[in-house]
Amino acid sequence: MEKNKVIGAAKKTFFSFLEMLPLLLSILLLVSLFITAVPKSLYAKIFTKNAALDSVIGAILGSVSAGQPVTSYIIGGELLKAGISLIAVTSFILSWVTVGLIQLPAECYYLGKKFCFLRNFLSFIFAIVISLFVVFCLRII
Amino acid sequence: MKTKKIGSIILFIITMLIYIVIYYVNKQLFFHSLRYFSHIFLKLFYILLIVFFFIFITNLFLKPKTIIKYLGRGSGIRGWIISLVAGIISMGSIYLWYPMLSDLREKGMSEGLIAVFLYSRAVKIPILPVMIYYFGWAFVVLMTFFMVLFSIFLGIIMDRSSVL
Repeated sequence: MEKNKVIGAAKKTFFSFLEMLPLLLSILLLVSLFITAVPKSLYAKIFTKNAALDSVIGAILGSVSAGQPVTSYIIGGELLKAGISLIAVTSFILSWVTVGLIQLPAECYYLGKKFCFLRNFLSFIFAIVISLFVVFCLRII
Repeated sequence: MKTKKIGSIILFIITMLIYIVIYYVNKQLFFHSLRYFSHIFLKLFYILLIVFFFIFITNLFLKPKTIIKYLGRGSGIRGWIISLVAGIISMGSIYLWYPMLSDLREKGMSEGLIAVFLYSRAVKIPILPVMIYYFGWAFVVLMTFFMVLFSIFLGIIMDRSSVL
């Protein structure tokens, strides 16, 4: 393979890395601040114990939260033990991974405003719809 | 592209200002956040290397024609399966994958398949045992099924909207 082609590809990759750096550092710093500043116990206090309303609250909470998905399972599990409905917990853990308000600037930057707003909006709605489907199917089984 | 670059630098400056304010208002929160930041940054670093290795490979070998064939609008069922599987096995935080997806889109990947990739990332095989522990088998099977199904719905809608 021509040496020039490899150097060209390496240069292009290096520049995309440099371009990503300020954005990546900002997002990571904001995520770190959010995770450190918001106590996990706060989540349980926000729910109303009304299943329909809680599924929307769950989706909103999941959307604004960030961090490892495994954390959402742990918080979700604890919320369930605290008496919060499974619909709410399901929409919460789903939107945690699929909707990202904190990552929104990065997604808009790379994939365009129209794409990122529509994708996040639909993912938010889907989190609520899927949670209804899952709980409904579980009841039938 | 230039205004985009300026946008990311402005975001970085705003973040720095927020941290400076927090330093004066709540030193404990400041240091805890920084400790957490260094922890996730180190954890993400090796994944970043993998992502940029992929970008390097795509820059080197993949021609727009190939991308259009396998991941373009007319790639058919093969394109959907590739995006779905790639999303499920992709590691690390979502934002690490944006540069590569943006690169692939410029080379011809359809918006629907990008959406499929991003949504199917919700299926996390390595941490499925944790989910089973908290919610049980039936829940995990149903969730996985619906997540895959809705990632395809999302892809179809995104593809249609990109034509409009």
